[in-house]
Amino acid sequence: MYRYDQYDQAIVDARVAEFKDQVARRLRNEITEDQFKPLRLMNGLYLQLHAYMLRVAIPYGTLSGTQMRMLAHIARKYDRDYGHFTTRQNIQYNWIKLEQFADLLDDLSKVEMHAFQTSGNCIRNISSDQFAGAAADEVADPRPYAELLRQWSTLHPEFSFLPRKFKIAVIASDTDRAAIQLHDIGLQLRRNDAGDLGFRVYVGGGMGRTPILGQVVRDWIPVGQFLSYSEAILRVYNRYGRRDNIYKARIKILVTELGIEEFTRQVEAEWALLEPLGLDAPQAEYDRIIAQFAPPAFDPAANDDLDLSDPDFRLWVEQNVHPHKAPGYAIATISLKPRAGIPGDASSAQMDVIADLAERYAQDEIRVTHSQNLVLAHVRKSDLYAVWQALEAVDLATPNLDLVTDIIACPGMDYCTLANARSIPIAQKIAAKFENDIAEQRDIGELKIKVSGCINGCGHHHAGHIGILGVDKKGEEAYQLLLGGSGAEDASLAKILGPGFDENGIVAAVDRLIAFYRSARAAPDERFLDTYRRLGPAPFKAAVYG
Amino acid sequence: MPRVLTGNRLETGDVLWWNGSDWSPRIADAVAIGDEGEALVARLVAEERINDPVLIDVTGEPGAFVPTTTRERVRASGPSVRADLARGSLSVEVI
Ligand code: HEM
Ligand code: SF4
Repeated sequence: MYRYDQYDQAIVDARVAEFKDQVARRLRNEITEDQFKPLRLMNGLYLQLHAYMLRVAIPYGTLSGTQMRMLAHIARKYDRDYGHFTTRQNIQYNWIKLEQFADLLDDLSKVEMHAFQTSGNCIRNISSDQFAGAAADEVADPRPYAELLRQWSTLHPEFSFLPRKFKIAVIASDTDRAAIQLHDIGLQLRRNDAGDLGFRVYVGGGMGRTPILGQVVRDWIPVGQFLSYSEAILRVYNRYGRRDNIYKARIKILVTELGIEEFTRQVEAEWALLEPLGLDAPQAEYDRIIAQFAPPAFDPAANDDLDLSDPDFRLWVEQNVHPHKAPGYAIATISLKPRAGIPGDASSAQMDVIADLAERYAQDEIRVTHSQNLVLAHVRKSDLYAVWQALEAVDLATPNLDLVTDIIACPGMDYCTLANARSIPIAQKIAAKFENDIAEQRDIGELKIKVSGCINGCGHHHAGHIGILGVDKKGEEAYQLLLGGSGAEDASLAKILGPGFDENGIVAAVDRLIAFYRSARAAPDERFLDTYRRLGPAPFKAAVYG
Repeated sequence: MPRVLTGNRLETGDVLWWNGSDWSPRIADAVAIGDEGEALVARLVAEERINDPVLIDVTGEPGAFVPTTTRERVRASGPSVRADLARGSLSVEVI
């Protein structure tokens, strides 16, 4: 894992000192709330329905055990004993007090963490593949490049006041576990026939009010030049992105309005000027960072034997464990979607257990996934049973990865000031229908349900096989139903199926959709999404609306 | 329709209601605000100690006011999905 050097730490320390002073001045009424609000937002501090909400950055979703234990400590000391892992691989706390904020920031910085650039019109936390460094299908670990982007984008003076927020994701395999086509820039690391590494660059993807899939702006940029190329994209956006209308300010609108050809021409012209200036990191810096992501020392004696005689353990292995590139090792996903739970929430006690397990069994690494689960990426197969038992003891071993109860939900109106409707209770009510019957869930197969409490789309409803969007219908909570989205390598945008529902109506509608799918699928392993793609919306519509 | 005054305390973010002379963490203590409401809000904004002070519509009687919007009911009761964190002054059931 990457460790801060003196410069990284100096930047964080300086920024923490600066913001502590701003907080102190606000508390003494030396600055007004209007003056303070943009400053606190730049430091990840929102005011939500019940209290201040803090969003802490987890670069490319990777944490050490020590960092996870600090997140638990923060939940315990400054919050109400839990945190919420988000679709952007970050963590949010819901009950933060401004008067304790300085101490909290000090605690975070002790473990090389901070909260800046988690809000505001800047380059946000860089996201990546939760299986990075462990997946058999990757061409290289994508995280050194995500780390380079993190350093490049941290307090980048030119890009601190963009027209709008900017999100970048980096992956290194053909399987997309990070939804790169739904990011402002999506980077896919590839290897060419000569064995060199380079990126395919997608630009202009995003969700929110106007969902758009990213398009390829360049099929190949050598790894050595991807920072200057990113700089060129950001420059074109910063110059021509619309600042007059917040709904048209994202890069996706600029790319759409210009057309990808013209946008590409402008980026290439900008890059032709920029590239000779030597903005790219020198090879020594690549080497330094790549060395920090060197694979852990896998034990060549680790073997693939696995005793699956315990049926509950077997279920978990079949559903939540993925193959690892090193023989004798496996990737284990920890579901944060337990029975009657809140998607993405973890208590301090659970975080502590996960930290311990990571240190003891998983090379001291934890990953956060964009579907609000956690991952232990490097577990010896012979340790899987012990890991499972420890997880089971704290309700973290639900064997439901990618199944109907593995639902993404944003905080919605239970926490969020922007919400039109609650998201979490919808997820819970849908899950309640299936959560006691894992065999039925497995029969239904891969099904991604994603719920957002408003059009901003933080719950990725546009990328849901089934998407649910909370709307306001004359002061009442109501829900729209969308079908056919995907955030994976077969990316597509979900479309509205028909008129909306109230809370109970949407749950019943999902039920009818699933029943119809089971009767209509061409084969038991045809996924819901594939049946929908094969048949189109009409029969699904008939099944729901009669 | 009666109106009550609510906001969040600067130091803590706590959700508060105006009880006629001070702030209370319980909507049950809220008093109905008459025509003086707008002036009160203007004064509070200028004082800069309560964030987002706002008058909201409620139904019912003093001691049992219920906000008309779901959003304000959630603020008054606590998250509907965490009964253990409920504020106690307005039942989660009314959300
Ligand atoms: C509770 C406070 C939150 C606020 C105020 C907030 C605000 C917003 C806004 C305004 C947008 C729309 C941006 C646009 O269309 O230009 C947005 C998008 C998004 N947010 Fe949030 N959000 C919050 C929480 C979250 C959470 C909890 C998550 C993760 C679960 C999240 C992840 C995202 C994602 C993935 C998008 C859509 C991707 C895109 O930017 O195109 N946000 N958010
Ligand atoms: S989608 Fe809307 S309701 Fe949900 S967290 Fe985002 S802004 Fe809030």
